[in-house]
Amino acid sequence: MTQQQTKTEVVRMDSGLGSPWGNSSRREFLRLSAMGAAALGITATMSGCAVAAAGSRRLDFRDDFGILNFAYALETLESRFYTKVCEAPPRDLRAGELQVLQDIRDHELAHRRFLKRSLQVLRVEVPQSVWPGIDFSSRTSVLTAARNFEDLGVAGYNGAGTRIRLAEFLTIAGKIVSVEARHAAAIRDMLNPMSRDFAGDDVVDAMGMDNAFEPGVVLAQAQKYFAEPYRAVGI
Amino acid sequence: MTNMHYTEPKRLLAADPDIAGRIAARHGEIAAGSGTSSLTRAGMMMGGAVLATAAVAHDVYAQAGLPGLVVDILNFALTLEYLEAEFYTTGTSTPNLIPADMRAPFDQIRKHEVAHVQFLRGVLGSRAVSKPTFDFTAGGGSGNGPFADVFRNAQTFAAVAQAFEDTGVRAYKGQAANLMGHNDILRSALRIHSVEARHAAMVRRMRQQKAWITRSMSGGLPDATDPIYKGENNTFQFILAQPESDRDAQTEAFDETLTKSQVLAIVKPFIVGGV
Repeated sequence: MTQQQTKTEVVRMDSGLGSPWGNSSRREFLRLSAMGAAALGITATMSGCAVAAAGSRRLDFRDDFGILNFAYALETLESRFYTKVCEAPPRDLRAGELQVLQDIRDHELAHRRFLKRSLQVLRVEVPQSVWPGIDFSSRTSVLTAARNFEDLGVAGYNGAGTRIRLAEFLTIAGKIVSVEARHAAAIRDMLNPMSRDFAGDDVVDAMGMDNAFEPGVVLAQAQKYFAEPYRAVGI
Repeated sequence: MTNMHYTEPKRLLAADPDIAGRIAARHGEIAAGSGTSSLTRAGMMMGGAVLATAAVAHDVYAQAGLPGLVVDILNFALTLEYLEAEFYTTGTSTPNLIPADMRAPFDQIRKHEVAHVQFLRGVLGSRAVSKPTFDFTAGGGSGNGPFADVFRNAQTFAAVAQAFEDTGVRAYKGQAANLMGHNDILRSALRIHSVEARHAAMVRRMRQQKAWITRSMSGGLPDATDPIYKGENNTFQFILAQPESDRDAQTEAFDETLTKSQVLAIVKPFIVGGV
């Protein structure tokens, strides 16, 4: 356990940055990175060497990097779930449903990859996943779990939006959350076709608004799928 | 002291104008708590009360003085919601238009769009723009545009619905950053934004399309709707170019923004007298 923790606390600079180093977003990002790194007590040499992240698994919601790491945890969880589902799909899936699940898997992997590369040295590694209560051989169990993950993701992004300080991050969160909402609607339509459930009264209120959960609420619901605990600060 | 009962609620609303939004957020937390299903049900039943609170709050809100930019954005959103609400209200009340199996989804969408109009009008109060006259054939008032049979042909109706929903998602997304600092309004806008995305996904599925947008493909809509999907093939996110591989998934995974002027150009043919 100790060895594993040590291993996961080490993060490396992602050298795959194909970006315009001169633009203002980049400068602002680096400025915030430096502030975030200082806040986390990290010595970021920015030279491609490995750095040890003190206080790993700690999500500080007072800055954008805590929120990005929170999103990274959720996207990692989702991408692992759909990858596992698609490796050995339930036999009772209906025509066309595997394609939908494969598409969603690819989207979640893209989200995860994007967040991983954005966070670089500030990345908090995600613990191993566990799947309590999910029967991967059952269509109903898999789709129900998928629905819960997607609804939680939508509510999580919606709830975290007002905490984000950098405008570009808010826009990116918006680009991701609407795709999560498309996923949620599609999964819900698979569970109860051609009904009101795609945007059912259980998730959309009388004002026609989706849920918005505070990060602490989302983390508490997601925690049971992680083998080790996250510690949330600033919520 | 005798006027405490009179001033207290007003002060509360003035200090925190989007009280309805806060109640709704609390309502979400109640639902999130789960486990206590009776509480959840109570939260859902509060919906009516929330609408009433929004109506009460709006005068104070208008007096508190929203910045002009925020008012403009909310009126822009209101114009789109007017468009959608009237479209679905007309469609769902037109005899023999909506096939039986599409009835429940379209009724649900109509309910949400009508609620969005009500919410935005409540927030804007006397500064709300009035509802334009619409031409859902996209004929600019001629009633004979490219969607001439929109209320006679369910396929056309669904196509126009997809056009409105996919546009709506991009429109809200494009304004989110402009609402930063106005947290209650931003939170409400985000919560509407994801509902529009649910609508878009469902309408697309009813049209036998994928629920997500691949590259900048128009999902079976006529060429006239191309501006709705312009730029959806973007693969440069924030400061990062996405990998060359698997472009379909890359573009599906990120919905893109539209500017206000791009959106207004798209909806212009649906509004009599222009925008």
